[in-house]
Amino acid sequence: MRPRVLFQLAIALALPLQGQTITIGSKPFTESYVLAELMAQLITSQTGIKVDRRFGMQGTFTSFSAITDGSIDIYPEYTGTGALAILKSTDPADQGLDSLRAKFKRLYGLTWLEPWGFNNSWAIVTKQAFAARHNLKTITDLAQVAGVRGAFTHEFMQRDDGYPGLIAAYGLRLAEARGIQHVLAYDALAADQIDVMDAYATDGEIARYNLVVLQDDRSFFPQYLATPLIRLQTLEQFPGLASILNRFAGQISSEQMQALNHEAALAGNDYAVVVQKFIHDRTAGELVSRVEPRSPLLRQTRRHLLLTGLAVLFATVLAVPLGIVMVGRPVLSRVVLGVTGVLQTIPSIAMLGFMIPLLGIGVKPAVVALFIYGLLPIVRNTYTGIDEIDPHLIEVAHGLGMDRWRRLIWLELPLAAPIIFAGIRTAAVIAVGTATLAAFIGAGGLGEPIVQGLSFNDPAMILSGAIPAALLAMVIDAVLGWVEKRIARQPVGPG
Amino acid sequence: MITYLGVHKSYGEHAALTDFTLEVQRGETLALIGPSGGGKTTVLKLANGLLAPSRGTVLLDARPIDEWDRQELRRAIGYVIQQVGLFPHWTVERNVGVLPTLEEWPPEKIAARVNELLTLVDLEPDRFKSRYPSQLSGGQAQRVGVARALALSPAMLLMDEPFGSLDPLIRAQLQTELLAILKTVEVTTILVTHDLTEAFRMGTRVAVLADGKLEQIGTPAELLSEPRSPYLKRLIKANLLQVQP
Repeated sequence: MRPRVLFQLAIALALPLQGQTITIGSKPFTESYVLAELMAQLITSQTGIKVDRRFGMQGTFTSFSAITDGSIDIYPEYTGTGALAILKSTDPADQGLDSLRAKFKRLYGLTWLEPWGFNNSWAIVTKQAFAARHNLKTITDLAQVAGVRGAFTHEFMQRDDGYPGLIAAYGLRLAEARGIQHVLAYDALAADQIDVMDAYATDGEIARYNLVVLQDDRSFFPQYLATPLIRLQTLEQFPGLASILNRFAGQISSEQMQALNHEAALAGNDYAVVVQKFIHDRTAGELVSRVEPRSPLLRQTRRHLLLTGLAVLFATVLAVPLGIVMVGRPVLSRVVLGVTGVLQTIPSIAMLGFMIPLLGIGVKPAVVALFIYGLLPIVRNTYTGIDEIDPHLIEVAHGLGMDRWRRLIWLELPLAAPIIFAGIRTAAVIAVGTATLAAFIGAGGLGEPIVQGLSFNDPAMILSGAIPAALLAMVIDAVLGWVEKRIARQPVGPG
Repeated sequence: MITYLGVHKSYGEHAALTDFTLEVQRGETLALIGPSGGGKTTVLKLANGLLAPSRGTVLLDARPIDEWDRQELRRAIGYVIQQVGLFPHWTVERNVGVLPTLEEWPPEKIAARVNELLTLVDLEPDRFKSRYPSQLSGGQAQRVGVARALALSPAMLLMDEPFGSLDPLIRAQLQTELLAILKTVEVTTILVTHDLTEAFRMGTRVAVLADGKLEQIGTPAELLSEPRSPYLKRLIKANLLQVQP
């Protein structure tokens, strides 16, 4: 098992170095998956270039960091997001493609290809019944209603062109406004737990749930033209790539995209197959693309084990010696326990986010983040385990003339082993759970179907990652628990 | 054998030992008696280098303790404490063989020595070798502790209330056995105790230590007939002893 894990690590680290591969990213929502897959299939059906799919990355920050540091080459982005969220410019001139291209070239070495055509601006949506009851057609109408409950994506809540700008522009006062995962907002709306939510104008759910889009009568929302964002370096390396990716430029309308999103998100449908059919139909059979087989459970599980295994291994290698050194050094112990304790409180998503500017996306930053979470339980248990050894044993060891090394190897480590191992076990179980989030930074593992399932509002797919992850945590806990008991086993009672 | 010359030892403000001068002669068993906190354990730990004097000198064979290296001291001095301190994850055999192992003896020689030592402390080797400390009674554990301390035939044995936590019958039996063992192996011994009977029974000389000061020293007979130390007087009165010195 161990050599194979190391072998896989070698492969994972070597992958980005291969020349003939293009890495495509996407954000974690249906349309981004569909457009990214569309680009992937356009490339693989017309060239021999391999495509590495890193779909479902957490939000604009992650995707954009990944493309600027070269972890990915292309991802579908929206012009409005480029101007407002990335350039942080409120100047309407910056929302035009010419200005965006000039600034992205100069600042980031990136460029925008041709937009697909539809404008996926934000929209405020509500149920037919609610709109009828309050006679709502526009967002201005909504501002007249009291006690409205809203839930919005976290990104929408924070961006100037999102919630804060919206309430200022319309003088909107909501009774409540909560942050929520996008696909869950539809469920909340359907269950009448909220009255309004933000949506993307092309969301398949708008049709599926028969929702009303409140008209943006003050033209507050900027244009969000979906467009491939690509590294200039990649374009230089693959000269024909732009025309391949511009195949459907200006040819996909909002209604067509809504339909595509709707179909891709239907239960039982594979979005890659939907994209394949779309390409086939729209090129009248000229382009026949291949659908990559879904990453099978076994491979996701192996990747998951690789992430957690390496993280726990590295954490053990650092934390056990650190815990040993801390014994008898109260200042050092307080500092180490304090620092590792603070690191422990950083939310996992934030921790993964911090890793991207430093280490890019993929296995490396995920392992480092999980490693950091593993430190506290191991360091604390090593320290406690050794510190709490009967002082008479240590005194006798001194009296027998054992040196520091012998005391450590013969006495302290064996006697503290059950407690140290309990710490490693805790770290491993935490890592298995947290590693599901590593999919947000393109590290794969059992989080992949979870993130995808969340993006497509597909409970079955979520469970197809969540159940194996939970089982894996239980199995690892049980196995390590058994080992821990064997280590701790010492004969008791008179013989 | 071991000499304390004007030794002071203090822990912060508290003086554990004040101007302590004493010579332990080769082959004798010196019983150190005194109230708890009187400095008895400090005297022992100064002898095997677990503590260093704040002032004054401790000499072993006319050489200051701090000039001995760890290995030499290990060979020269055996150490037994009340809590025994057997390593709980090791068998009796490994515990008794720990010093020879540290000395890197060949395994067969260690095995033979362990058998010899267990026999000496009256534990049948084949019955006890593979037991763990948790499978021993208090008396058996302390016999193993004594065997461990004697493994390298030390010239000196330091015992810190070795029978302190045993019940009186077993204690008396072990005292008898220890007397026999000490006679067999001819080791110079310092025995710390707070039990007057034990001190008079085991000690060729008895030293009374109270409040960090040596109050009186002499043979049991001398001390009984002429107790000068206030502590000793009180102790004899309280015990109403019948002692055969």
